[in-house]
Amino acid sequence: MKAYLTDSVFFGAMISLAAYEAGLLIRKKFKLAVLNPLLIATVCVMAALLLLRVEYKHYNEGAKYISYLLTPATVCLAVPLYQQLELLRKNLKAVTGGITAGVLASLVSVLLLSKLFALSHEQYVTLLPKSITTAIGMGISEELGGIQTITVAVIIVTGILGNVIAEFVCKVFRIEEPIAKGLALGTASHAIGTAKAMELGEVEGAMSSLAIAVAGLLTVVGASVFANLM
Amino acid sequence: MKYLKQFGIILIVSFLGELLHLIIPLPIPASVYGLILMLLSLCLGILRLEQVKDVADFLIEIMPVMFIPAAVGLLDSWSALKPIFVPVVLITILTTVIVMGVTGQVTQRMIRREQPKKNRKEHRQK
Repeated sequence: MKAYLTDSVFFGAMISLAAYEAGLLIRKKFKLAVLNPLLIATVCVMAALLLLRVEYKHYNEGAKYISYLLTPATVCLAVPLYQQLELLRKNLKAVTGGITAGVLASLVSVLLLSKLFALSHEQYVTLLPKSITTAIGMGISEELGGIQTITVAVIIVTGILGNVIAEFVCKVFRIEEPIAKGLALGTASHAIGTAKAMELGEVEGAMSSLAIAVAGLLTVVGASVFANLM
Repeated sequence: MKYLKQFGIILIVSFLGELLHLIIPLPIPASVYGLILMLLSLCLGILRLEQVKDVADFLIEIMPVMFIPAAVGLLDSWSALKPIFVPVVLITILTTVIVMGVTGQVTQRMIRREQPKKNRKEHRQK
């Protein structure tokens, strides 16, 4: 049975899709933000792998075909952005101001908290790119001498967390403008947050996509400066 | 055939993004170059919206699913994460909330400051 599971190229993709469907069903039934389909699917797949004693690399043999679509999908985020270009032009100042403030807030808060917890320089630069998209974050972490596997883990957790708490945070901080919501999601939790922004609305989704690219690029510059501060 | 052609165009843009990533020595991923290329192509009229729209909408809709494999990969990085687990979790939660709050608040204030008050009232009445 186990050999059958690890040998099949369809196992990884199949179990991921099934877990996501289960996640959608559970959310529909209970309507709680914590019951996020991505979070449920991740936990289900992890549990299944541990129970069936299937190693991650065997699971990924099949699941990598799902990840394969990630680059084309990110490229497609240009489409909603293009459709909202007029809105972007009208609010250009607010948009650049908001993203820049967010990126600075990210770098400063990681710096202060790392000092507070007395982390090493290596651990600090590992966490610096935590709010941006995995591909850029990994590059920065490597460049600055961080631990790449942890950077990736923290980026993913940040994404899922942002996706789950977005509506709650917007309510607490009274963020009502769709543009502001979208930028907040994209700047704080990159593409996984953008998946949530897409559910909130077209404007939110477009602004969140924009924030992924802009916040990522700003962090490339900002992180190299901040790396010298601790 | 319409969908196949759209997917083909999206793959071409992704491929060109990868090419730029290879040539330019910056830690910017192929997907971000691709996103910028796609946006430029649409703005400059090299591509028309309806040449990519249907497949683009589909790919964006199923995007959360594409993060499952990477998220499950946390299983493998657990041993590296374990020694600094508590500070990392706290930092992650706090900074995520802070960044989201700051970005949203700053954007919202700047939008509302620029909007003439009269305009806003009209908007609300709608």
